[in-house]
Amino acid sequence: MVFETMTRRPEAQTEALPPAAARMSIRHLDFFYGKFQGLKDINLDIADRRVTAFIGPSGCGKSTLLRTMNRMYSLYPGQRAVGDILFNGQNILAPGVDLNMLRAKVGMVFQKPTPFPMSIYDNIAFGVGLYESLPARQMEERVEWALTKAAMWDEAKDKLKQSGMALSGGQQQRLCIARAVAVQPEMLLLDEPTSALDPISTAKIEELITELKRDYTVAIVTHNMQQAARVSDYTAYMYLGELVEFGATDSIFLKPKRKETEDYITGRFG
Amino acid sequence: MNEHTHKQFDTELESIRTGVLAMGGLVETQLARAIAALEDNDTDGVDRIGADEQQINQMQMTIDQQCTQIIAKRQPTAIDLRMIMTITKIVNDLERVGDEVKKVAYKAAQVRGSDQLARIRCFDAVRAATSARDMLQLALDAFARVDAAAAAEVVDRDEEIDAAFAAIMRQLISYMMEDPRTITPALEIVFIAKSIERIGDHAKNIAEAVVQLVKGKDVRHASAEQIRAEVAGE
Repeated sequence: MVFETMTRRPEAQTEALPPAAARMSIRHLDFFYGKFQGLKDINLDIADRRVTAFIGPSGCGKSTLLRTMNRMYSLYPGQRAVGDILFNGQNILAPGVDLNMLRAKVGMVFQKPTPFPMSIYDNIAFGVGLYESLPARQMEERVEWALTKAAMWDEAKDKLKQSGMALSGGQQQRLCIARAVAVQPEMLLLDEPTSALDPISTAKIEELITELKRDYTVAIVTHNMQQAARVSDYTAYMYLGELVEFGATDSIFLKPKRKETEDYITGRFG
Repeated sequence: MNEHTHKQFDTELESIRTGVLAMGGLVETQLARAIAALEDNDTDGVDRIGADEQQINQMQMTIDQQCTQIIAKRQPTAIDLRMIMTITKIVNDLERVGDEVKKVAYKAAQVRGSDQLARIRCFDAVRAATSARDMLQLALDAFARVDAAAAAEVVDRDEEIDAAFAAIMRQLISYMMEDPRTITPALEIVFIAKSIERIGDHAKNIAEAVVQLVKGKDVRHASAEQIRAEVAGE
């Protein structure tokens, strides 16, 4: 049977989200790839312990925006960001920011799963070891905790010594999420985390995202609009480097304010 | 509205909308026949009402089925989703109007040729039914043109029909109190008037669904004034 039988209750059980504070505030952000301006005056708040989704056609700047949130772009010469990104009261674009600490606090998961060529256990312990020196017992606990958070523990607990590369694509992606979670970040950036996965693995990751927002602030870039509608609390629609519309996902997908947004999400785009 | 990148999606949506308008046209024709039956004892129309009512039921099921399929296949959002949800509501109301029209026509046939009272009261019912037909027409036009302002006017007009219904009731009650022999024909007229009042309500429901289609806001339990304000606001 698809639906369980339900008992009638005197009042409806609704779990309304309390309003969230901003975990990260982006102000007047411009981004340049050399001379080309990839982002134009972006202003928005990423709500604490909520999922914020970024949608838009290819080249609209959504991945670029995500890559500014942990300064991933700083790895590439010629790329620069101007403006403010306030995270824990600090402008992370300012010079002198400890990028390693920033990336431990703001973890990232990419489109293609990128496990290290080492065992499942070491995939997680390696990152943790860079920031903390834990005794073996505590490290084991941390690995179990991270794998549990990423809904991987049951599948991985009997093969912790096996290579992470031997896992399926969906498992590899959850291993990467576990790896990001293991260093106990405050925020997770997911860049099209399911676009290389089959529907069941995708569903598991989406379920996981809903779980993760209890503890973490999540920002996700996705080409799958239905995925944005399913997993996110807030949605930002971007086009040609500009933020066209940003609002509660429920209203964006039912009655967006801007015609451009409506055209895009209903598939009337170009 | 621009076209979808999936042209087939446009074709499917357009086919559903056309189906709704065809169904609406048939229901309007039925209502016109029922009014004719009330007016001048036209029996030909009454026979056709029974047959066409089957077709209206069939159209309701077909359109509902198409809506279910488009949701399953296309996962419509925003205006497309609102359009589909509106259509499933509208076809429900249209089908109910079809039922009420049938009742009016059959009752009209029953009171036909009875005493003077029935004839006089039928005249009032015809006026109310004509208002209801206008409302239905306007509501369907508002849907066809996706026009919230026109829909809000329909909501305003529902009070006319409610007032006409109350007036018919008051008059019939005084007739019945004065002369108990009028009770049987008077009750037939009561049923007719009630059906007409329901048709007005369904037209109002359709108009409210159109407001929700355009504005994205559920105005079903709002006052006519609130609806006007909602439609006027950007």
